[in-house]
Amino acid sequence: MSSRVPGDLGPEPSVEEFETLVLGLGNILWADEGFGIRAVEALNEAWTFPEGVRVMDGGTQGIFLMPWVRTATNLLILDAIDFGLEPGSLRLIEGDDVPRFMGVKKVSMHQAGFQEVLMTAQLSGEFPERIALVGVQPELLNDYGGSLRLVVREQVPGAVALAVEVLRRWGIEPRARNATLPDRDRVGPGELNITDYEFGRPAAREGES
Amino acid sequence: MTKTVTANGFALDTSGQRVVVDPICRIEGHLRIEVNVDEDNVIRNAVSTGNMWRGLEVILEGRDPRDAWAFVERICGVCTGVHALASVRSVEDALGIQIPTNANHIRNLMMLNQYVHDHLVHFYHLHALDWVDVVSALSANPRQTSALAQSISNWPKSSPGYFRDVQNKLKRFVESGQLGPFANAYWGSPAYKLPPEANLMAVTHYLEALDFQKEICKVHTIFGGRNPHPNWLVGGMPCSINVNDTGAVGAVNMAWLNLVSDIIDRSIEFIDQVYIPDLKAIASFYKEWGYGGGLSGKNVLSYGEFPMAANDWSNDNLMMPSGAILDGNLSQIYEVDTRDPDQVQEFVAHSWYSYDDESRGLHPWDGVTDPNFKLGPNAKGTKTNIEALDEDAKYSWLKAPRWKGNAMEVGPLARYIIGYAMGRDDIKGPTDDLLGALGLPVSALFSTLGRTAARGLEASWAAHKQREVFDAMMANIKAGDTATANMDLWEPASWSAQAKGVGMAEAPRGALGHWIKIKDTKIENYQAIVPSTWNASPRDPAGNIGAYEAALLGTPMADPTQPLEILRTIHSFDPCLACASHVISPDGQELAVVKVR
Repeated sequence: MSSRVPGDLGPEPSVEEFETLVLGLGNILWADEGFGIRAVEALNEAWTFPEGVRVMDGGTQGIFLMPWVRTATNLLILDAIDFGLEPGSLRLIEGDDVPRFMGVKKVSMHQAGFQEVLMTAQLSGEFPERIALVGVQPELLNDYGGSLRLVVREQVPGAVALAVEVLRRWGIEPRARNATLPDRDRVGPGELNITDYEFGRPAAREGES
Repeated sequence: MTKTVTANGFALDTSGQRVVVDPICRIEGHLRIEVNVDEDNVIRNAVSTGNMWRGLEVILEGRDPRDAWAFVERICGVCTGVHALASVRSVEDALGIQIPTNANHIRNLMMLNQYVHDHLVHFYHLHALDWVDVVSALSANPRQTSALAQSISNWPKSSPGYFRDVQNKLKRFVESGQLGPFANAYWGSPAYKLPPEANLMAVTHYLEALDFQKEICKVHTIFGGRNPHPNWLVGGMPCSINVNDTGAVGAVNMAWLNLVSDIIDRSIEFIDQVYIPDLKAIASFYKEWGYGGGLSGKNVLSYGEFPMAANDWSNDNLMMPSGAILDGNLSQIYEVDTRDPDQVQEFVAHSWYSYDDESRGLHPWDGVTDPNFKLGPNAKGTKTNIEALDEDAKYSWLKAPRWKGNAMEVGPLARYIIGYAMGRDDIKGPTDDLLGALGLPVSALFSTLGRTAARGLEASWAAHKQREVFDAMMANIKAGDTATANMDLWEPASWSAQAKGVGMAEAPRGALGHWIKIKDTKIENYQAIVPSTWNASPRDPAGNIGAYEAALLGTPMADPTQPLEILRTIHSFDPCLACASHVISPDGQELAVVKVR
């Protein structure tokens, strides 16, 4: 069943004005690659934030996320990280330790990964004053149409708690959400919420692990 | 046999040294190019392989067709809107839904905005650095840079002090050393031809393009609600319009429309005063580099885009025409019918999939995605560490799409060749002007630079068309029509038990099609052929090579260990491979690995 109701117009359009950007990165269609997105969804479902905080599902948009990154004074990223750790390891990385990298030998825009966005933002002279990354080491990426693996899913609450802790240190006070999240305030379209996503998954095919 | 001539007329010679350019991506392959060069380092054979598609049925089968747009918006990190648009169109086609006038205008505006945005970002952030040497910019004279900039454009940011500031900023950045800012490049290669001043001007505009990008993307937020993943709706657009009452929550009001209008003006200004003059200036130093034409002088394809009146896909009503040209015969434009089982077909004889009969192609409605990964007898290395592919066997995760059996090039150059051949004034005029300014014949279009030039011209075209569409939409709204969606057939109970449809879109990168079959209100089969599948296509059973492969032939390389010439031509297509995946690692991604054997 489609979760969109006719007449539900989604969130109110707003000019992109905010100080703090909480940015989930990744691709929900590739198993643990979806961690960052699922984590900001969980964060947004459990907490509300004062004005000036934007919680965003950034997908895998790479260079196209530049406008938001450059606008942010505080940037908190949630993402899968490859630090060669045990799958499911959760890490908080802050400030200059957040990796940034840039190169031009790439072949496709897709290789303009988020690290390059950070680097280019720095070159442009508009770089967040404070930056932190909450990341988890993935177990499995190569499962097209799959969802989070158990060891990674179990880290979502911990990642949400870490994110809240970082925001508090930055002087931002999230409040526990005591009402159900209205559809218009979701970070992504309801069509992709994790329950429907998993429930509606077609049977895995041979050759598609 | 090392020397052959392909069915589509290209001479191949595999006897020379093999050069492999292989970007690494953690999830399966990205695009990989292998070429053979002769003793003079001229490319005599080219092999394009990649992983783009695993079959959308893997994620969509059994789901609600009205939800498909949200899933396909995630298959690709760059082309979100175009997939969503093709998807809602496929469902509307299957169910016979007519969209309202405003929805058509808004979709046109969003797509035109996407053209402007994508082309601009592609030119400055991906492609310009194939022609512009950033390190050389450090030694430019800012005063002479200013004189150069003022001689080609009225763009106000052009004083010597401005360029000096940018140069100093760039120096500090390079000297900070923590990044190697523009690391991993081939700076200083003899293939770079611009003087330092032109390099500084272009790098400066690279930074300005970044600033401008902040403005331009607001259009998608206004009409699509969420950004960077806008909302779409089967039957129209999910925004409401209220120009009388600014208090209506969530409605697009006059203030928003004025902002859109303002962004349109500024995008016209930036494209015409910065992008186009830069393109001309850069091209004037590379006029002799006429390589990379490939299929463009033979076979090109466009599905057409931007219906002026809603729901009418005839060429008279399309701002960007549809059609196909074969064998370079510009006097004959063929009609394209994506529903005809004999026109668009995909072959897998050289792809890592199985069909019951691989000598034949399958129309997407009957598409099958059955993986079959095996290397040919002449491949080198192992399945997990391929050193060289065997292109006589299966060698790519991409299927080979063909139009009436022909390999086709798609994208801005294909559209411009078709529009030019049709004599469309808004396409032919600016093309002739640009060729005239550079002193080049029409045949110069069939090249890597022609592809790059067509993209620039099209960015300008799209920027101006935004104004026309916006004005038409405002007139319609002022006449009292504020409908944005047709919900008559929203409820599945109103659908027939079986339906099939096709949604076409001319994405910035080229012809995109989504084919859907609906059974008992659920998706039964869903197939897409994306622009880069056409262009990066492997060979087919008849031996036709694809657009990338053809475009690389005959190109001399200054140094095979620095494949700048290969990147130039491949970048000119704006490749888009749905790896759509990234993981942050401490030392950054590994980019291209070059191996010469």
